Amino acid sequence: MTDSALTHAPGMSLRVRDLSHRAGARRLLDAISLSLKPAGVTVIMGPNGAGKSLFLRLVHGLATPTAGQISWGGALLSPALTRRQSLVFQNPVLLRRSVAANVDFILRARGRSDPAKRDAALARVGLSDEAHHPARRLSGGQQQRLALARALVTEPEALLLDEPTASLDPASVLMIERIVADTAAQGTKIVFVTHDIGQARRLADDVVFLHAGQLAEYSPAARFFDAPRSEAAQAYLQGRLLI
Amino acid sequence: MLRPVLTTLTALALAMPAAAERILVQSTTSTANSGLYDHILPIFTDETGITVNVVAVGTGQAIKNARNCDGDVLLVHAKPAEEKFVADGRGVARADLMYNDFIIVGPGADPAGVKGMEDVQGALTKIAETKALFASRGDESGTHKKERALWAETGIDPTGASGGWYRETGSGMGATLNAAQGMAAYAMTDRATWLSFANKGDFEILVQGDADMFNQYGIILVNPEVCANVKAEAGQSFIDWLLSDAGQGAIAGYTLGGEQLFFPNAGD
Amino acid sequence: MSDLSEAVSLALTLVLTFDSDLIEIVALSLRVSLSAVLLACLIGLPLGAFLAITRFPGRGVALTFLNALMGLPPVVVGLIVYLHLSRAGPLGFLGLLYTPAAMIIAQTILITPIVAALSRQVLEDLHLEYADQFRSFALTRAQTMRALIWDARYSLLTVALAGFGRAVAEVGAVMIVGGNIDHLTRVMTTAIALETSRGELALAMALGVVLMVLALGVNAAVHGVRATAARQAHA
Repeated sequence: MTDSALTHAPGMSLRVRDLSHRAGARRLLDAISLSLKPAGVTVIMGPNGAGKSLFLRLVHGLATPTAGQISWGGALLSPALTRRQSLVFQNPVLLRRSVAANVDFILRARGRSDPAKRDAALARVGLSDEAHHPARRLSGGQQQRLALARALVTEPEALLLDEPTASLDPASVLMIERIVADTAAQGTKIVFVTHDIGQARRLADDVVFLHAGQLAEYSPAARFFDAPRSEAAQAYLQGRLLI
Repeated sequence: MLRPVLTTLTALALAMPAAAERILVQSTTSTANSGLYDHILPIFTDETGITVNVVAVGTGQAIKNARNCDGDVLLVHAKPAEEKFVADGRGVARADLMYNDFIIVGPGADPAGVKGMEDVQGALTKIAETKALFASRGDESGTHKKERALWAETGIDPTGASGGWYRETGSGMGATLNAAQGMAAYAMTDRATWLSFANKGDFEILVQGDADMFNQYGIILVNPEVCANVKAEAGQSFIDWLLSDAGQGAIAGYTLGGEQLFFPNAGD
Repeated sequence: MSDLSEAVSLALTLVLTFDSDLIEIVALSLRVSLSAVLLACLIGLPLGAFLAITRFPGRGVALTFLNALMGLPPVVVGLIVYLHLSRAGPLGFLGLLYTPAAMIIAQTILITPIVAALSRQVLEDLHLEYADQFRSFALTRAQTMRALIWDARYSLLTVALAGFGRAVAEVGAVMIVGGNIDHLTRVMTTAIALETSRGELALAMALGVVLMVLALGVNAAVHGVRATAARQAHA
C-alpha cells in the first residue's frame, strides 16, 4: 500500500490499573491491570460474557469504569485522547449519506475536508468505485470496510476493533485482516476483540484472555497458542469453554 | 441560530410591496360585508393615489384597536362610544357620515306574529312574551348596543333568558344571521348586511320603518398628537372626501339589487 | 348535498378561469405559511436536536411543557402577537401589525413548538442508533446536532409538513394580526371566514375545496421527494 495522502502516527501504549466495572452487584470486569506495548496487534479473547467488548468501550471512553485508571501514552484517558483513537464496531453505524460523505464527515469533524485523503482511504479498503453510492446500500462486508476507512482516515494512534468480522463473508474477512495487519506494520497500535481462534492466530502479537470479568492470561501469541498457562485459556482453545 | 432567523425575517419584510401612501381604517363588519368599500374606495384611490386598507371587526374592537393607535381613521356606528373616544382625546373630531337602518328578520312562519309591525318595541315585547327564539350578536358591537337599548325601552331584560329563547352568539352579524337561520330565530340586523347576505333561506324582513331603528355612522380621525404614527394628512383627506359632495354621492350611488343601502347625511 | 356540488363546480370555475383574486389569496397563503414553516424549522430543529441529546435537571418538565405548547390555540397566539405589535405595544414602533410579516410571526410562534417537539422525538430515536459512534468520534454537541438533523432530513420533512398543515389551516391568529385586509393580508382561511359571514356558503366551501387541494399538492410534492430519497436508500 502506497497511499501518499494517508500517513500513520506512531502507536500509543495502553496501561490499565485495577480496572473494574459493575452493574448493580454484578462484577462485569474485576480489577484488571495490564500494560500494552505502543505497537503491534493485541487480540482480546474470551468466551461470551467475559467482558471483552466492555473492556474496549472502557479504554476508549464510551463507558465509565466503576474503579481503576486508564492511561494512554502515559496520560489519563480524556476526550482529547479518544479523538486520537478509532473504534470499529461489530455492527457498523453508517450515516445516511454516500460512501464518500461518510468519510468526509469525520474529516470535517476533525477540522478539515481533504478529498485526497478520503480517496486514499476508500482506495485502501477497495471502495473507490462505490464512492458515490449510498452507504446503506452496501453489502455487509463493504459496510464494514467503509467503517474501517472512516476509522483510518483520521490517522489514529490506536485502532480498536470489536469483533469487526463476526458476520461477514470470508473474502471480506481476509481483506479486513490484511488492512489491519498492514496498519499494524506501519506502527499503529491495534486492539482487536475476537472469539475466532483462527483469526487470533493470524493477527495476534500478544493475547489478553478474559474469563468471567477477570484477566486470566496475558501472553505473547506464540506462547499463548502453544502453551497457555491458565486453565481457562486451555479449555477455551480446546473448545471446551464456551461461556 | 438566531442570525438566520433574523436574516430570513428581514428578507421577508423587504419583500413586502413598497408602501405607497396607505391608510388604515378601523371599521365594522356591517359596512365591509355590505360591499360598500369595494364600491367607494377605488373611486377615492383613483382621485388621490391613496390606498385605503380596511380592518373589519365589531365596533367595540374597532374602537379598542384605534385606542391602541392601530389605525388612522375610525368609521363605526355607536355614537355615544364615538363621542367618548373623542372626549378622551383619542380622536380629533367626530362627523356624521351616513345612516342606514336596522330591521328585524325572521322565519317566514313568524311564530311570534310580528310580521308587518312598525313599532319595534312592540314587536320585541311580542317575541319575549311568546318566548320565540331570538339571536343576539352578544359581542358589544354597535348593532348589539343598539339592540340592547331597544330592549331597555321595552322594560324587558332578555338576558334573564340567555341560553333559553334569547341566544347570544358572541359573533359578527353574518355569523349571527347564519346561526339565526340554523335555528329559525328572529334577529336584528342592519339593512345593508341583510341585503348583501346570501344565505337568506326562508327568512324575510318582518319589522322595519320605525324611526328608532335609525343607524348613524360616524367618522373620526385618530388623534396624531396621541398616536405619532397616524397619517394625519392622508387620513384627513379621506374624511374630507367622504364628507364632500363627491364622497356623499359615491355612498348614495351604491346599490344592491336596485336598493340603496346607505344614506349620506354629512352636515345635516 | 346540492350546496356541496355547487361548491365543487364553483371551485373548478375559480381555478380554471385563473381568478386573479383567488391567485393572489392562494399566493399569500403559501408565502405566509411556507415562510412560517421555514422560520419554525430554523428555530425548532436546533431546539429539538438539543433536547434530544441533552440530559439536564428539569428536562422532563421542559418536554411536557413543549408538548403542551403544540396545542396552543391560534386565537391566543394571535392576541399575544397583537398586543406586542400594536402601536401601543412594546414592538409597535416596527409598524408590523396588519402586514404579512405579522402573520408570519404569529404562525411561526404557533408551529415552532410542533416542529421542536416532533423533531425531538425523531432525533432522539436516531440518536439511540448513533450515540456510541458519535461518542467514539468525540463530536461536539453542535456537530452531533447538525449530523442528526441532516441524517433525519427526510423524516423531518414530515415534521415540517405537520407544521405547514397547522399553519395553512389556522384562521384565528392571522385574522387578528393580519386584519383580513383585501389585497394585503387576506389569505385562504380568512377569506373563507369572510364569505361564511356574508352567507356566501357555496363560495366559502369552494375556497375550502381549493385549500384542501393546495394542502394535498404540497403533501404530494413532499411525498415525491421522500419516495425518491427512499429509492436512493438515503432514507
